[in-house]
Amino acid sequence: MSEVWIVIGVVAAATIALKAVGPVLLGGKPLPRHLTGIVALLAPALLAALVVTQVVGGDEEIVLDARLVGLGAAVVAILLRAPLLVVVVAAAAATALVRLIG
Amino acid sequence: MTAARYRDGARRIAPIAVAAFAFSVSFGVLARASGIGTVEAIVMSATVFAGSAQFAIASILAVGGGIASAILAAVLLNARYAPISVSLAPIFVGGRLRRLLESQLIVDESWAMSRRPDGRYDRGLLVGAGLVLYACWVGGTVVGAIAGEALGDPADLGLDAAFPALFLAILVTQVHSRRALAAAVLGGTIALALIPVAPAGVPIVAAAAACLLGWRRP
Repeated sequence: MSEVWIVIGVVAAATIALKAVGPVLLGGKPLPRHLTGIVALLAPALLAALVVTQVVGGDEEIVLDARLVGLGAAVVAILLRAPLLVVVVAAAAATALVRLIG
Repeated sequence: MTAARYRDGARRIAPIAVAAFAFSVSFGVLARASGIGTVEAIVMSATVFAGSAQFAIASILAVGGGIASAILAAVLLNARYAPISVSLAPIFVGGRLRRLLESQLIVDESWAMSRRPDGRYDRGLLVGAGLVLYACWVGGTVVGAIAGEALGDPADLGLDAAFPALFLAILVTQVHSRRALAAAVLGGTIALALIPVAPAGVPIVAAAAACLLGWRRP
């Protein structure tokens, strides 16, 4: 068995387990009461972290590049209450434009 | 009723699914260049189904980084799925096998899409969006691994900026209370502070700890 298959097997097993842990072990039941407040705040905390890491994240360094302009375009579209499609396309188009010029 | 929610999820995720497809094509190309075989790349996309972890594996193997560091990086990157899957647990229905299979459709984008402004998660939206993303992800890898560099670099089209735009658009619908705002600011700050000092994946998992602001005495 090649090394690549070992990586695939281990990472797939770990990822499947990580994704399944909630639904399989706790699935279909309401969460314990003292956990609901915590879980409710998971979305804002993780979404903010995903935005930050995907806009300025590099290889263990902060990278400021055209993605920031794209996010700026997304902010404008969100403030104008544009639909999600427009927000996403505006971000991609602005980023592509900056890279084309730069 | 549920069929309509599936369709709704599929429709709403469409623009992001296009970007995911393009990235998956580039994953297929990168995987082949890294010495990962065509079949291996496709099997990885079908079983791991998590973009950042797969790119990390391909880039580590490409520079001869060794399988231990490839596995560690990928597992760290996917560790965020533990809290995400716990947050989604109440919406799953049916027996264990069905919950196991449906839970594999959880990725950042389907999770974010299934979050309604009232703070609940919607299983129909999750499954509808997840199925479309899965089809695009596996299909993109097939195209990239077999056809090679047909589409060019998705970054040239700014597609890497589409994902944070999606997360931001969903985030703003979530910040109804001071607590939610505090969790978002704290989560973003933790991630920003850790990016330069911690391996990829750790900043996101650490940021999840900001949700402890919602702890109540049992």
